[in-house]
Amino acid sequence: MNHPPGLPSGPGRGVVAITAAPARPDRTSDAHPAVELEGITKRFPGVVANKDIGFTVARGTVHAIVGENGAGKSTLMKILYGVQRPDEGSISIDGRVVDLHSPADAIAAGIGMVFQHFQLADNFTVLENVVLGAEKLHGIGDGARREIRRISDEYGLDIDPDALVDDLGVGARQRIEILKVLYRGAKIIILDEPTAVLVPQEVDELFDNLRELKSEGLTVLFISHKLDEVLSVADSITVIRRGTTVDTVDPSSVNARQLAELMVGAELPTPQTEESTVTDRVVLRIEDIVLAGVGAGRNVLDGISLTIHAGEVLGIAGVEGNGQAELVEVIMGMREPTSGLVFLGDTDISDWRTREIREAGVAYIPEDRQRHALLLEAPLWENRILGHQTEEPNVRGFIINAAGAKADTERIVKEYDVRTPSINVKAGSLSGGNQQKLIVGREMSHQPKVLVAAHPTRGVDVGAQSSIWDIIRQARRDGLAVLLISADLEELIGLSDTIEVILRGRLTGTFDPDTVTAEDLGAAMTGAAAAPEETR
Amino acid sequence: MSTFSPRKLLLAVAAPVLALVVAFVVTSAILLLLGDPVVEVWQTILSWPKPRQLVQIVNGATVYYLSAVAVAVGFRMNLFNIGVDGQYRVAVFAGAAFAGQAWFPGPLNVLLTIVVAMVAGGLWASIAAYLKVRRGISEVISTIMLNAIATGVVQWLLLKVAVKQPGSNTISTKPIPESSQLSGLGLIPGATNKVYTLILLAVLVGALYWFVINKTRFGFDLRATGRSESAAVASGVKVPRMVVTTMIASGALAGLIGMPLLFGQDHSYGTTFQAGLGFAGIGIALLGRNHPLGIAAAALLWSFLDVQSNALQIRAGVASEVVFIIQGVILFAVVIAYELIRRADVRLEQQRVARELAATRSDAPTPEGATA
Repeated sequence: MNHPPGLPSGPGRGVVAITAAPARPDRTSDAHPAVELEGITKRFPGVVANKDIGFTVARGTVHAIVGENGAGKSTLMKILYGVQRPDEGSISIDGRVVDLHSPADAIAAGIGMVFQHFQLADNFTVLENVVLGAEKLHGIGDGARREIRRISDEYGLDIDPDALVDDLGVGARQRIEILKVLYRGAKIIILDEPTAVLVPQEVDELFDNLRELKSEGLTVLFISHKLDEVLSVADSITVIRRGTTVDTVDPSSVNARQLAELMVGAELPTPQTEESTVTDRVVLRIEDIVLAGVGAGRNVLDGISLTIHAGEVLGIAGVEGNGQAELVEVIMGMREPTSGLVFLGDTDISDWRTREIREAGVAYIPEDRQRHALLLEAPLWENRILGHQTEEPNVRGFIINAAGAKADTERIVKEYDVRTPSINVKAGSLSGGNQQKLIVGREMSHQPKVLVAAHPTRGVDVGAQSSIWDIIRQARRDGLAVLLISADLEELIGLSDTIEVILRGRLTGTFDPDTVTAEDLGAAMTGAAAAPEETR
Repeated sequence: MSTFSPRKLLLAVAAPVLALVVAFVVTSAILLLLGDPVVEVWQTILSWPKPRQLVQIVNGATVYYLSAVAVAVGFRMNLFNIGVDGQYRVAVFAGAAFAGQAWFPGPLNVLLTIVVAMVAGGLWASIAAYLKVRRGISEVISTIMLNAIATGVVQWLLLKVAVKQPGSNTISTKPIPESSQLSGLGLIPGATNKVYTLILLAVLVGALYWFVINKTRFGFDLRATGRSESAAVASGVKVPRMVVTTMIASGALAGLIGMPLLFGQDHSYGTTFQAGLGFAGIGIALLGRNHPLGIAAAALLWSFLDVQSNALQIRAGVASEVVFIIQGVILFAVVIAYELIRRADVRLEQQRVARELAATRSDAPTPEGATA
């Protein structure tokens, strides 16, 4: 199709010189593309299925698959990696139709996958992680070590086989995952949202690695919904919307705006704050929270102090795993801090239990809704009770008021546009966005004073995302104190009144969302920019 | 889960029926293989019981029911109290020893004995609860261990307080006074024996179990913990406290298991007191899906098989132990069938939701991205 290999890719930075004369160490005839998908269809209950997907990936290129959350990108990649089987359609690798029943088949066909969530054992060395499950290839000793070094040198991955994974950062872990795939002989590498866990500087490094891979004749399939990144690294872009391929475009011929419109099929919503509603009334105050690490490890939270006023959204930016989740759990009373105090208004709630804190008006949108906010096998109306088991209209005294809860669930479904045929279906039957709208509706139904929202729009579709943003803005106008934790820097910048950066359990910088850029935040999140207050 | 639809009812009944069919086939195959008379065995087991046997079935089911409810309370929050067996033996021993003293007159003695038994069962269960909450020891392991310990403890204590039964080698606690013995209810016409009076206790326990689990806040917290502990914690349930409460409640209910036998039949606790009731309860709770009516049906079925198999040796020349094969196969089959049906149910509902949403979407097209 249209993937002119001679054209440099991407506007602005990161022009790839080698593409002018693509290196072709190929043994197989060049007439065949590396990957060819035809009419791939996958029917799936409850979620967006793949419908008649078709595109072609040329060897030695980086091919991006873009689409909004829930468009079916990950399903497609699972099909390509043999995790799921398509109901219809065919996959060809190097011109040969293959039938992939399992990841083992995919690996045998030269396809490797790097998942969004790394699959590494922290307490193992790089070597041990790489050979795990592939012991037959080069043994588990010096042979394997040599091979890892060779791959690392050849592709510029800069990995020491004897390092302990626990000691390595996110970027390095991702390179290990790529190395694992190469070690198993993959010629086609799928990367599922590889930049989601990286800060901008690490993203640049990853892209350099990808260019290296490409120049060695490998093919990279790159899944993302971050358009700037895609434009800068891809040689060809396939857009997926509602489970089907919309178009395959040349990155030099489109801009991010056009790509976004292809992706969403409409105008792209952006988070935008309105004028400030911040008051001087303190609603939530956290004083010097310390949470000791396990054993002699460093503190998970190290002297965190925050103040959130009525009508203020305080955003917390940080690379995942720097203490955000623990901070939320401390505030919600689910985890006992080693020291420090939490105040709601003037009341010291440090010793309160989760239920009392929720009753006092702290609404909570947990980061993992399926594990922390829902009973997947219970009907919607029982889920409406969850978290508010002691409050009207869910109970009368010690008795569950099923009628009251059901009526109120109907209201939430209507007001918050939860798409469901009935309130008696199981929560697990709804799509992620509708589950999240139900949760948000439930949490906003008890006159909250504080909203603790952890990754409120993670894994929801664009429609649900913009309604959740609206609700957060409305909460701010209504004078709630909002603590917003997110990995989506655009969301943080768009919604917050103040942004704090958390790094290794400490707040390392305060930023004004009106002036800060994603790059600034990224630097602060990694500690790369020796923040003035941090030097020595 | 209170919505009632034909589909749900069908799914609920499908698994047990399937399990019974599988048990029938497998047992027949085993009988054939061993050259036993298949037809006679089923004729014996499936014949309509005589009034006297009907009473035996109901009485057996009463005891099984209490046992299964005790187990089910824990099951509803994924707490596997395998120790009901030990708990009921400790409790019935304590109850029998107390009742035998006849410190209180007639019915009052009965009521107080029931309280004593519940307290004893609850205390015994609280050891496992403590170990789980404070020391992180799996309740499965600790309750199994405690069963073994209960056997020893009860035997040892029995030797201390025992009186010798006149004219036999067995020993037992002092028999309860006649004024506290419950002669039973003549519910079944034509039978010379009577139904345990404490069947009323089983009915009461069943009703309370249904009410507390399904209608109260405590029951909601309990079920929420069973479905997803992480979600329950985030919703404000104090899980360690729930573990302790539920374990003790389960043990206290286990304390009731021996009461119908004590007051309606044995009148003392001795070496011949019926054993293994707690383990039967685990199977019956599984078969009855922890539902108060489901458990009742399962308990009746179990007791039916027990009683009907008594005649096997005489009428078919087959050892009555064949009934254990039937019961075992039923359990295996039903556990598998429930899981298959649960998955089918989840899948069917997801499909239905997707279908209905797709239908409404095409009726009234809604804008994809709501206004920002």
